[in-house]
Amino acid sequence: MADMGEGGSGGGHDKGKKRAKKSSTRVDMTPMVDLAFLLLTFFVLTSTFSKPKVMSMVYPAKPDPLDLTKPPKINNAITFLVTEDKLFYYTGQYYSVPTGDKPATVLEETNFGPKGVRKLLADLNKSVLRGKEGLDKQLENKEIQDSTYLRKLIDLKKEKEALKVLIKTDDKATCKNFIDLVDELKIAEIGVIAPVDILASELELLKSKIK
Amino acid sequence: MPKIKIPKSSPSIDMTPMVDLAFLLVTFFMLSASFRSSEPVEVDVPSSISDKIIPENVLLVSIDKGGRVFFNMSDPEARRELVTNMIGKYKINLTQEQIDKFTYMTTFGCTMQELPQYLDLDAEKRKSVNTKGIPLDSLNNQLQDWIYYGNIAALNTGKTNYEEAKLNGEAPEMNDFKPKFILRVDGKAVYVHAQNVINVFRDLKLNNLNFVTSMEMAPL
Repeated sequence: MADMGEGGSGGGHDKGKKRAKKSSTRVDMTPMVDLAFLLLTFFVLTSTFSKPKVMSMVYPAKPDPLDLTKPPKINNAITFLVTEDKLFYYTGQYYSVPTGDKPATVLEETNFGPKGVRKLLADLNKSVLRGKEGLDKQLENKEIQDSTYLRKLIDLKKEKEALKVLIKTDDKATCKNFIDLVDELKIAEIGVIAPVDILASELELLKSKIK
Repeated sequence: MPKIKIPKSSPSIDMTPMVDLAFLLVTFFMLSASFRSSEPVEVDVPSSISDKIIPENVLLVSIDKGGRVFFNMSDPEARRELVTNMIGKYKINLTQEQIDKFTYMTTFGCTMQELPQYLDLDAEKRKSVNTKGIPLDSLNNQLQDWIYYGNIAALNTGKTNYEEAKLNGEAPEMNDFKPKFILRVDGKAVYVHAQNVINVFRDLKLNNLNFVTSMEMAPL
């Protein structure tokens, strides 16, 4: 490799005559190549390509202690209880003891995989997902504009039939669990996501379920 | 018997195309590279399908695996204003040099009382120094002050930038210049730590938060 300079250029010896040595036109490129690859390796290893992405979350405002109006009753809600790598849920209102004709709330277990929570949410939030499909088709056929599409999508997520989700975490849940769950909710086009504090009785129920 | 003659070929190869390619790649990586700024805290963020790129004017709170809290702000001008307000409030004296250092520093996590010593360290040593993070308990909620004054400072610089863009004949949106609040949490950190920080934000009526995530493919 190193003796590239010799190649080809006819260097015959002429007897007697003194001639200035013909220097080859080719330069030894090896050191330059070495350097080029060194730089290449350096930049490949140090560069970060993708800028970090962000996932936005809107938290409910803290209730004003002077505001005595009762919080609005939520219908069509599902509550997720998150603990370390495990996920439980119940639908509708929470009853710690049987009230009226409603039995006490029982927790159902699910998981973070596509067959668990994703399927569950897709079933429960059918009306929005179906509506979105229709809008997608309209957008594809250029029947509506981009801005109209976005506005209609937001309206759709606010509809009465749309699923509302409450997230409660215990003291063992990790941030990864939480973000995975929120991610699933975004996949399922859930408009109302509310992370709220867990009730003591719910915590008891959760603990008994984990054991 | 006739011998088969193998034509002698030179052992050296023409490297020019390879070199061309190597330099092309070097140039590409050099121009496209954005360097990671060295951070004193390691945070391994979880992934999500979100494809929103991190905004320009941000207040960034990092929470590491052990639940220590760190603070950072993107705009140097705003940082200067912030630290001036903070030393006024906590009655701590900083030299002009220390203020300059703060202005061009990255993420930090120490109490106000430790700040002068922390600023005197050089960037490498800051990484190894073991701080407890910014305190945020209800008796000594320094994080709340950082966020409160940071928000004001970032709003001011945002407004200046907005006016400037307007003078340049652009049609800027005020919302793009307002500070955004970013949480960079480690996936392994317990959510309660994040919840404490979120509650500080909510106490200040800042309810719109963003989590830094790495990208993952959306399911079809």
